[in-house]
Amino acid sequence: MPRPKRPGEAQDVGAFPPAEAGITVVDWIDERTSLSPGIRWMLFRKVPKGINWAYTLGSATLFAFLAQAVTGVFLAMYYRPDAAGGAYESIRYITDDAFLGQFVRGMHKWGASVMIILIFLHMARVFFYGAYKYPRELTWIIGVVLLILTLVMGFTGYLLPFDQRAYWATIVGVNINGTGPFVGPFLSDFLRAGPEFGATTLSRFYAIHMLLVPGAIGALIGAHLYLVSKLGITAPPWLKAEPEPELLEHSEV
Amino acid sequence: MPGTFEGETVNRRRFMNLVTNGAGGVAAVAITLPVLGFAAGPIFSRVPFEWQTIGMPADFPKSTYQTRVVEIVQGIGEAGKTTAYVRARDPSIDTEPEDQYNQFVALSSRCMHLGCPVRFVAAAERFICPCHGGVYDFRGMVAGGPPVRPLDRFYTRLKDGYVQIGPRYSVNSELRRFSPRDPGEPLDGVGQYLYPARFSTSQIPQS
Ligand code: HEM
Ligand code: FES
Repeated sequence: MPRPKRPGEAQDVGAFPPAEAGITVVDWIDERTSLSPGIRWMLFRKVPKGINWAYTLGSATLFAFLAQAVTGVFLAMYYRPDAAGGAYESIRYITDDAFLGQFVRGMHKWGASVMIILIFLHMARVFFYGAYKYPRELTWIIGVVLLILTLVMGFTGYLLPFDQRAYWATIVGVNINGTGPFVGPFLSDFLRAGPEFGATTLSRFYAIHMLLVPGAIGALIGAHLYLVSKLGITAPPWLKAEPEPELLEHSEV
Repeated sequence: MPGTFEGETVNRRRFMNLVTNGAGGVAAVAITLPVLGFAAGPIFSRVPFEWQTIGMPADFPKSTYQTRVVEIVQGIGEAGKTTAYVRARDPSIDTEPEDQYNQFVALSSRCMHLGCPVRFVAAAERFICPCHGGVYDFRGMVAGGPPVRPLDRFYTRLKDGYVQIGPRYSVNSELRRFSPRDPGEPLDGVGQYLYPARFSTSQIPQS
């Protein structure tokens, strides 16, 4: 237990003494928001002994998502969700004519696969380390929702180039979804905005792909990381707990 | 919960809580319900279909199929078109009951596995799907592979000496007519109940 401070004694400020307030822009903001304790809580938390590179897979997934978000926003500056030919033409323009267009589109296209691979590797790490167990079940459940949403991103994004492959893959995908008993046919109508692939199917997919799902993923990543910080990270399963020597003295064994 | 004085059933704090939460709830519902309805609207609106003239009766022999491109969704160019395979009814093989809508047999090219476009291979007298190996015989009945029901058909009719093509309908393995279903939804046995008709389509050809 820390002893209460006596008058005249120097305050124990830990490893990060507060700077003179109001000198830099950062201090100016911090004086008004008190954001820094939260950031310190997030970044300078304790991690167990023996953690390894596999623990970086979650952050790798996070950065893949951020890369998708940034490149996606800029692709949206040129992309047109027009089923009558404009979508295909705008993608052709990005790829062939726009300065660095092929590069940015390439980052988004390959990055999509990278994110899927990383999210599965991250999930495998959590699974094989048993890191989903109490008290981290909710972190896992949010992770499952993130996984589903990431796959939805893949499905909705695949239609956007609107070439033959995109079109037929989406027809097949929507029909797979339609085979769910009772609700399937209505879900398909919902996805297509009607009984056939129609004029607003593409804009519907585009809105889901660029607004709805990324927003949800962003919010859930926030919750996911809050729980990671709050609960602390698990030690690798092969590491034995080392009890305090004092505790051992008093135990029966 | 008792109030602060005799006979009071709801105290001020509780009342304010109820009002604030209630107002917030009403505001949230007032935003989410309309947008959800907006997004789900197309499930409930019936899409009209126009009869399209596809040729003269003499254009369609009994023994093989002619291809015709039909527009099933207006205003989106190529993406709204589909291919129909059309021939004249041949009473010696077409055993389903005859009526004014099937003097010409018009098969949809949509594979009944998951919706890829099938192609009629004249030499084999078979429809063959490029995606997962679905095969249909000359009448569009499943001959092999994963498709779950025969190829869908279009209503056809004779109008002023021309052959016209109308809405699509689905059939089960006895060629009984059903309102159009999506591919992958079997219509034999319990299938028709597992995959009910949708609000957006109807079985009866309009106009
Ligand atoms: C958008 C996708 C995701 C992002 C950005 C993300 C991010 C992270 C990060 C940065 C960590 C910190 C530890 C580490 O990197 O290993 C973490 C931990 C964790 N993640 Fe994820 N994750 C995602 C998806 C998933 C999925 C699909 C699952 C499982 C279904 C999952 C379950 C967990 C669990 C249980 C932990 C706690 C692990 C521990 O305490 O050792 N996450 N996540
Ligand atoms: S879509 Fe035709 S066999 Fe699968």
